[in-house]
Amino acid sequence: MSTTTLEKTEAGPAPTAEPRRRTRRRGERGPLGAVLLHGGLVLASLIALAPVAWLIFLSLGPDKDDYLHPGKILGKLTFSNYSFVLQHTAFFDWFKSTMIVALGTTFIGVFVAATTGYAVSRMRFPGYKSLMWVLLLTQAFPIAILIVPMYEIFSELDLIDTYWSLIIINCTTAVPYSAWLLKGYFDTIPFEIDEAGRVDGLTPFGTFFRLILPLARPGLAVAAFYNFITAVGEVAFATTFMLDDSKYTFAVGLQTFVSEHDAQWNYMAATAVLIAIPVSVFFYLVQKNLVTGLTAGGTKG
Amino acid sequence: MTVAIDRATGNRPGDRAPRPGLGQRIRYGFQKHWYAYAMIAPVVVVLGVIVGYPLLRGLYLTLTDANSLNSARTIGVNHIDATYKFIGIDNYKDILFGPLSYDRFWSHFLWTVFWTVACVALHYTIGLGLALMLNQKLRGRTFYRLMLVVPWAVPTFVTVFSWRIMLADSGALNQFLGSLHLPQPQWLEDTFWQRFAAIMVNTWCGVPFMMLSLLGGLQSIDSTLYEAAEMDGASAWQQFRHVTLPGLRSVSSTVVLLGIIWTFNQFAIIFLLFGPTGAPDAQILVTWAYYLGFGQQPRDFAQSAAYGVLLLSILTVFTSFYFRWLKRNDQLAA
Repeated sequence: MSTTTLEKTEAGPAPTAEPRRRTRRRGERGPLGAVLLHGGLVLASLIALAPVAWLIFLSLGPDKDDYLHPGKILGKLTFSNYSFVLQHTAFFDWFKSTMIVALGTTFIGVFVAATTGYAVSRMRFPGYKSLMWVLLLTQAFPIAILIVPMYEIFSELDLIDTYWSLIIINCTTAVPYSAWLLKGYFDTIPFEIDEAGRVDGLTPFGTFFRLILPLARPGLAVAAFYNFITAVGEVAFATTFMLDDSKYTFAVGLQTFVSEHDAQWNYMAATAVLIAIPVSVFFYLVQKNLVTGLTAGGTKG
Repeated sequence: MTVAIDRATGNRPGDRAPRPGLGQRIRYGFQKHWYAYAMIAPVVVVLGVIVGYPLLRGLYLTLTDANSLNSARTIGVNHIDATYKFIGIDNYKDILFGPLSYDRFWSHFLWTVFWTVACVALHYTIGLGLALMLNQKLRGRTFYRLMLVVPWAVPTFVTVFSWRIMLADSGALNQFLGSLHLPQPQWLEDTFWQRFAAIMVNTWCGVPFMMLSLLGGLQSIDSTLYEAAEMDGASAWQQFRHVTLPGLRSVSSTVVLLGIIWTFNQFAIIFLLFGPTGAPDAQILVTWAYYLGFGQQPRDFAQSAAYGVLLLSILTVFTSFYFRWLKRNDQLAA
């Protein structure tokens, strides 16, 4: 396996003596290497895609037992499941709930976490270590430890079955994770920029809002995206706290198609596809910033 | 997420900066800290309210015999006050050493440990392999990357249902295995295969995150290091061993820790794959605790919360050891 990085372009022929035959230049692969590389990636892509492709395929079969005879679907492809789901289920209610919860979490998470990420990236203060510990440990909070007391507290406050309950509970992970992520991102922004701002008479807050935040947009996008995805995909709390089926988020609504007595796989598949498309589109829109944000501060001092 | 804080500039307290006069230092330090505390205030307050307070309540609950029959509840217009009482550490004693404690706790504990180790090892090795492949110059790289990220792009609760259909007794996977004349396991009924299926689905879901993180790490390794290694006559394996792996160290230590924590607490996959009441033997501690607190009647709140406390303790101990181990390897994490 040759190891070249992206940035490198072959800069003309190397000034060596006449290269012998069969020596490949740096970063070139033999035909076998190319086949193996593409073969491996194609196989991995197929495995990655298969379950999703299968779901799309099944969603076009009209009967709930079609998944047992996938061959028969080809003869009777139809969008009837989709029209049923859109007309006769609470799909749009679920969509609304999911959006309210996810956007609420996204906004609050990033908004609350941004200044903290900056503070722990740039400043050292008494209590810094313990704060970092807390931010990390909250990632480790199993739902099991919060779900019972939260259920009690929300019952007392009459918040069960409200969107607020889910937004609040999602923030327990969204806020610390965003802060952590943003710290890594701020670390990659040169400290000299802050200094320049301070020299020009900005307060730390001014520096943060006017200089650093605009530079950190990709990081903010990644944090926002994370909060959104986690909120959309949250299962345990949404299943427990939402009682009224018009307030179900997608994660709960999708479960209603599959009970112990009856499994309407065809409607489930259609709903799943309808959910997956917008979420995936959103994902791919922000994904070019993903890697930058994820490993920000990973190696660059 | 490591960063070397050695950009000591005289105006940052706590660094090895030359010490200005006392009065100036206090004024300066106060100013600096005041800003810092103002900036961390939102997170500290929010976490205190939505994590700290419930955590304390949860801790108290574990010392009681609370369940859904004696907790405060409202039935129609009648409000019934809580009648559960304080019983000390009986819950913990019962869980860890009581009758049937092996079946109730230790068996799930062992399975959870195995599940975590197996999943994270698979995530990391597959993710690293794919990241190395994607880091080559080749045609269609962007396309491959888009494809490989699909399991992460599509929400887990959607893909788990898709797996459920595929793993059903006469679902796609078994039809495929049957056409190859291979045995067709009962993926969702037999304990061994349930566990196998759970690890398989979780691996499928978790690889893209590792892959992208490690790819980012690979791309930030200085290419001159490889050139130097090559000049010194290092083989591809030696380059991987002595340039790539050390270069990935800080990213790896972060994603492995996150991976362990997330896998240990992975609720959605197991809960949705087997349904709320299925597969008692394939439940990891988190889903088992949920079952105790919300999946059965009467709901045993105290036991469930006690499981939560035990889980958190395990993770806390693990994390501090992990950091100690990292430090011993001469690195600063986070």
